[in-house]
Amino acid sequence: MRNRVIICEASEIVAIGLAEIIDSMAQFDVVLRLDSPEHLSEKILSTDANLLIIDPALLGFQYKDFISHLNKEHPRLAVVALVTTCLDHSCLLPYSGVIEINDNRAKIIAKMNEFAQNDSPKKNEDVELSKREIDVLVAVAKGMMNKEIADQMNISIHTVISHRKNITRKTGIKSVSGLTVYALLNNLIKEEELISC
Amino acid sequence: MPKKKTPFSKDTKLSELMTDDRRLLQLLPRFGIGLGFGDRSVEQVCEMNHVSTSLFLMICEIYSDSSFKPGQSELRHIDMGNLLSYLKASHQYYLDERFPHIEEHLQHIIEACGQKFGPMLSHFYDEYKREVMRHIQYYEEEVVFPYIEALLKGQRTDSYKIDEFEHNHTNIQDVLDDMMNILLKYLPGDILPKERIEISLDIMELSDDLNRHSLIEERILIPYVELLENAQP
Repeated sequence: MRNRVIICEASEIVAIGLAEIIDSMAQFDVVLRLDSPEHLSEKILSTDANLLIIDPALLGFQYKDFISHLNKEHPRLAVVALVTTCLDHSCLLPYSGVIEINDNRAKIIAKMNEFAQNDSPKKNEDVELSKREIDVLVAVAKGMMNKEIADQMNISIHTVISHRKNITRKTGIKSVSGLTVYALLNNLIKEEELISC
Repeated sequence: MPKKKTPFSKDTKLSELMTDDRRLLQLLPRFGIGLGFGDRSVEQVCEMNHVSTSLFLMICEIYSDSSFKPGQSELRHIDMGNLLSYLKASHQYYLDERFPHIEEHLQHIIEACGQKFGPMLSHFYDEYKREVMRHIQYYEEEVVFPYIEALLKGQRTDSYKIDEFEHNHTNIQDVLDDMMNILLKYLPGDILPKERIEISLDIMELSDDLNRHSLIEERILIPYVELLENAQP
């Protein structure tokens, strides 16, 4: 899969230069260049980006904890700092990596490859059930129909079906009775909660 | 280089066909063909056992190549009596041999699981078996096959049509695959691991066999019955 990159940097010279280097790599696409972090979260969603390169100097006092919030909101997103000025190294802690202004092309390419490989949250997401999926799984195990689950969770039937597809893809289990056993084995549900059939 | 495939022809030696694809061996008892066939050709052995050679070859092809689909003209010449007794013999084999074999192993595992997971595993299997019995014994053998036998005798009825056929084998296979996933991936690792591997291999084989069985029903049985239904009385 190709990585979708957003560059957030005030200097156009720097931003265009970095974008040129990244676009020359086969597995990366720069999908958006921004000069400020405004509405960044929505833009990450709308472009489906999985890598954000951002200049920490753009984040003033009002953006305290901004990066850790982004990490929480977008578990698939890796955030990399683009350091253009002298700054306190402790503020680089929330980032997954650092590119420096005086890194040459080869070094940037090597770092980008590393970011792409360290994509662990995404791999994890592919194996472990999400909170929402667990809720659906438990409801299925209790014998509820898709319509009932949709009503109870306030989501559409379409969403319930897509959760069920993901549950089956991740666990390898297709039947309702198999999912019930899975839920019991993983202590997601107790035997007393099941309608006896 | 891939090994050259033995041609599915009436003049091929039966023994060559069998050693080429070992899964074909399990077809022999279902056709009532005994061992000791020596170096005879497929046609010779089939004639000795009153089995239609073309049907035998057709089923061998479906077992070896899941994309195989017989043409209309081949379908017209099928010996339906032979096909029905083949399907019944397969059912008998699943119910009398394969399932009891898997059950015996599973019983050991259920006992080893103790109170915590044992009852639920046992419930899962019982429910599954009920569904298998319902489909094979009460549905196919008491509704579908008698309907076809009546059609062959020229008796027509409006109470059932073959397009209502329940494609239930997919579900039977899904639950079997689920059982294998539970045994391999989700039960605690220290409970009878050797036996779990063994039974999983058996389940994979049975699931594969059931898959071919439903292909035979979908690509030979149903299209043929449709031809019968549409034929002028």
